[in-house]
Amino acid sequence: MAVAFDEMNGPQGELRPAYEELSRWLKETPPDALEHRRQEAELLFRRIGITFAVYGDSESTERLIPFDVIPRIISGKEWTLLEKGLRQRTRAINMFLKDIYHGREILRAGLIPDDLIFQNPVFRPEMNGQDVPHDVYVHIAGIDIVRTNPDEFFVLEDNARTPSGVSYMLENREIMMRLFPDLFARHRVAPVEKYPDELLSCLRSVAPRSASTEPTVALMTPGVYNSAYYEHSFLADKLGVELVEGRDLIVKNDEVFMRTTEGLKRVDVIYRRVDDDFLDPLTFRPDSALGVPGLMSAYMAGNVTLANAVGTGIADDKAIYSYMPEVVKFYLGEEPILKNVPTWRCREAGDLAYVLDHLSELVVKEVHGSGGYGMLIGPAATKATIEAFRDKLKREPEGFIAQPTLALSTCPTCTESGLAPRHVDLRPFVLTGSKSVNIVAGGLTRVALKEGSLVVNSSQGGGTKDTWILDE
Amino acid sequence: MLSRTAENLYWLARYVERAEYLARTIEATLRVTALPNTYIGQTNEWDSALLTAGVSAAFYEIYEEANETNVVEYLSFSTANPSSIRNCIEAARLNSRSVRTALTGEMWDTINSAWLELQSAWSGGAKTREQLANFLRFVQETSLRFDGSAYRTMLRNDAYWFSRLGLHLERADNTARILDVKYHLLLPEDEHVGGPLDYYQWTSILRSVSALTAYHWVYRETLKPWLIADLLILNDTLPRSLASCYGNLVRNLDQIGVSYGRQGAAQRHARGVRNRLEHSNMQDIFQHGLHEFIQEFIADNSRLGDIIAKQYLI
Repeated sequence: MAVAFDEMNGPQGELRPAYEELSRWLKETPPDALEHRRQEAELLFRRIGITFAVYGDSESTERLIPFDVIPRIISGKEWTLLEKGLRQRTRAINMFLKDIYHGREILRAGLIPDDLIFQNPVFRPEMNGQDVPHDVYVHIAGIDIVRTNPDEFFVLEDNARTPSGVSYMLENREIMMRLFPDLFARHRVAPVEKYPDELLSCLRSVAPRSASTEPTVALMTPGVYNSAYYEHSFLADKLGVELVEGRDLIVKNDEVFMRTTEGLKRVDVIYRRVDDDFLDPLTFRPDSALGVPGLMSAYMAGNVTLANAVGTGIADDKAIYSYMPEVVKFYLGEEPILKNVPTWRCREAGDLAYVLDHLSELVVKEVHGSGGYGMLIGPAATKATIEAFRDKLKREPEGFIAQPTLALSTCPTCTESGLAPRHVDLRPFVLTGSKSVNIVAGGLTRVALKEGSLVVNSSQGGGTKDTWILDE
Repeated sequence: MLSRTAENLYWLARYVERAEYLARTIEATLRVTALPNTYIGQTNEWDSALLTAGVSAAFYEIYEEANETNVVEYLSFSTANPSSIRNCIEAARLNSRSVRTALTGEMWDTINSAWLELQSAWSGGAKTREQLANFLRFVQETSLRFDGSAYRTMLRNDAYWFSRLGLHLERADNTARILDVKYHLLLPEDEHVGGPLDYYQWTSILRSVSALTAYHWVYRETLKPWLIADLLILNDTLPRSLASCYGNLVRNLDQIGVSYGRQGAAQRHARGVRNRLEHSNMQDIFQHGLHEFIQEFIADNSRLGDIIAKQYLI
């Protein structure tokens, strides 16, 4: 694997302009002062209760995501390009979803094999022919971006279901501003605090027509034991909307109401952070205790808007991902601005053969996996793991894709032996409302804290950084 | 507001109040049991601590003997006792987490910090008397800070009122339980069979509702058992008296009623109990039987809890 591109000290070791001021500041700041602030930050996180739960980990059910105090800096020029690409990608995703659940022109054009859609467990036949307000399916998208050189951004994953992490984007910034006011004074960092307002107007803009002029929005959470519960309550608070669980909602005559101390109150838009499967036990998993019986029929009747729409999983499926460049071209007639990571589809015999021959060089992912679970990183894996994966691949090739092991870019990060480069990715959040697409300049930077590690997922020991977009 | 949110706020306040009351009970019991037997007699104060906490039966399913070690463990740290101080704080934290949006930052910080401290400093219980004293102080300070944060930072809307309802209902229950266990020490002069031994019992009762100094300010008298009963039941200037709790319950329920534009069974029931307290005097109460009066009150109070739940929380 080639030496990774470092975002502060570029390919030839030269200091890149966006980092000039930070580098100066780092030289002036004694290492123990940095360590002191790091501890302060951790204390703040714990006190605020910004925790997440790791499934299958009974020892410590609430954990902090490690926070690295060195910001990740992106120049205004880079951001402009990125933003353009994100808009394009999200528009294409929404058009793709509308097409898949209506005319299916892309299938008729033969660009994507039928069975990849129809045999896909995240495809929702219930949504066939169903219109959604303003044709918006993915109101909130989290597009994972990586880079390997100064000039190119790659999309690693499209998160079109219930992307999380935006609370970290907001809280990381709050904490950084508290701890390093001097550092902010020396930069022009684009603010992120408008995100909740943008989100609320986005959600209100897609209210059903039967809603009053002041539509009622609620945020639906699976409950306190969900790993992202902190984020749900944080967002509900910032949006000023009720944080509801399934048991707080009831459906009557195809309308959704929440149980309040003053009786039932109609809900028009639900920003749901509950997966499709658990939304409505009458339509989906009958054993779901998190959902609301009848919610889907209210949704079909057009009396409530769900954000994101039901069935968006088909757009962030890893097998579909490999077709995204074609999808962008098909609907928009434009060249994709953001590249895809080259992907081998193990369902295709030729690709599978290649993958099996090169397992030790590749990253193999489950098509329906997320959170960094069930993934093989060839160069870092033991022989035994590779062989176990080989068996899995042969047994169920359609369940996997493979990608080259990218030399993800690195950023300076606090480690036990001082500042050192660590691999990062970036998840910006794209809001699509009835009239506009909005992207707050920033995002969640995840960093793999272990030396050489490429896995940034919080469930696998990743941390986060504040992401600065310079206003130039 | 969501019914579930109101319910969580209501229980959150109850748990915190209960934790404080348990801490006070333990503290008062430690004090009285530290006295030589000649001052306090042969009663088992740890037994009556269990009774006032309402967990006596459950305690004896696990332990043989009600002594300091066992009772302190059971009331403070035990995970087997659903209303131990530890479990109250844990439940308060869980409730807070699920209604974070209805709490102010200060309230959340109080509960979350207490929970973190419980995990870090008190996971092994208290090894010495001194540690125990620190623990009890920590619990009382948490409650004071929580109550103070609520008072100083919450919007005066239904969220605040439901939280106050929980506080006052729990408080009334606690005061009534002490009276229920200790009523025989509080009978008027002519019926009273105790001797000077009871003096320390009386101070202990007052301490457990933090009313010892208040007593002297109100009556400017040496301790008289019937005045203690008067203070805890009818004197509405004492925040932990039954009368004061019901004054507050009626007020908070009225505020909810006005804000929602309708009243119901909860308002009627609370007013009924308040009126009975308002129109009673100690002489009548003693005549009809202090014990019967207290038991009736406890039943009425728990009925109010049920009615509130039915009217607003379910």
